[in-house]
Amino acid sequence: MTRADAVSRVAAALPPRSLAVACNGMIGRELFTCADAPSRFYMIGSMGLASSIGLGLALVQPSMPVAVFDGDGNVLMNLGTLGSVAAAGTPNFYHVVFDNHAHGSTGDQQTISDRVPIERIAAAAGYRRTLRVRGEAPLSAALASFFVDTGPAMLLVEVDRGNVPNIKRVEPQPPDITARFRRALAQP
Amino acid sequence: MGPVGQVGRVAEGLSRRFLDSLERHGFNFFTGVPCSLFEGVTRILDAEPRYGYVSAVREDSAIGIAAGAYLGGRQPVVFMQNSGLGVSVNALVSLNQIYDIPALLVVSWRGEGGLDAPEHLVMGEVMEDFLRLLRTPFARLTPDTLDRDLAELTRVMHETRKPVALVVSKGQLQ
Repeated sequence: MTRADAVSRVAAALPPRSLAVACNGMIGRELFTCADAPSRFYMIGSMGLASSIGLGLALVQPSMPVAVFDGDGNVLMNLGTLGSVAAAGTPNFYHVVFDNHAHGSTGDQQTISDRVPIERIAAAAGYRRTLRVRGEAPLSAALASFFVDTGPAMLLVEVDRGNVPNIKRVEPQPPDITARFRRALAQP
Repeated sequence: MGPVGQVGRVAEGLSRRFLDSLERHGFNFFTGVPCSLFEGVTRILDAEPRYGYVSAVREDSAIGIAAGAYLGGRQPVVFMQNSGLGVSVNALVSLNQIYDIPALLVVSWRGEGGLDAPEHLVMGEVMEDFLRLLRTPFARLTPDTLDRDLAELTRVMHETRKPVALVVSKGQLQ
């Protein structure tokens, strides 16, 4: 399965009143392309910090599911945050990791996630649920309950390498992404 | 009680007064990585759940957590030793500064005046220049003018929607 397809399927499974944080690189651009909304925060720099941002958000908005669209390179860059998430135990934190064992946005240079199973690190740290899926049917089955059951939870989706040719960049400027996100939350 | 105990008591009083002042200026989310120079503050934050203090694993992760809290409607404080400024550079410049995400950084000044352990001497010497280079307005914590200084820093933070820093010297919040 391509990563863009997986991102699109996960986005379609998000609960109606949910918040999402996307990591930098292609994953954010893919989420923007398939399912943009003011309640999505696209992190274009600060690689490694999407899960930290999602954690802060989940802590202060406990009634809303917070989904983090992350990549293997991003998670590995700030692995300690898996411990922070587990320690906080935020039940509304949902971590989706699109794992292609590569830095897809810089030319598919290999990461180490082919030898280091990220969801097992999350489980060892204390995430309440972790699962790894490959292929459309297992992903659909996992998504049927993933955002309903209690977190912190991690869904690792194995995806193919490769990018959508000429995919557009995230269009709103960073200050506008912040402002519209906060406005969306302020609305009843 | 000996002199050490008296100093400890005075510092604890200032730590409490400091946290009260932060709250009066609207700060309502607390995260960071500890430093012995403000251990009086973290002792209170750790002991009193109402602060919801999040003990982060790294300073840049603390900045990310604070950014998430800001997106969720809070006004965050991030505590760190000045060594953590080095860890935080990319978060500050490629997250906070470009997204207009403010935070108050409370930064301890290890290595101030060249009197400290070797690992603190270089950052201690360049810290003020480093903050200027990172375009981060800062003030020194001065107990007598604490409220006024925090009011001004908070005003600048709201106006610019960028991080500002308060620098803590040895002995003030221990």
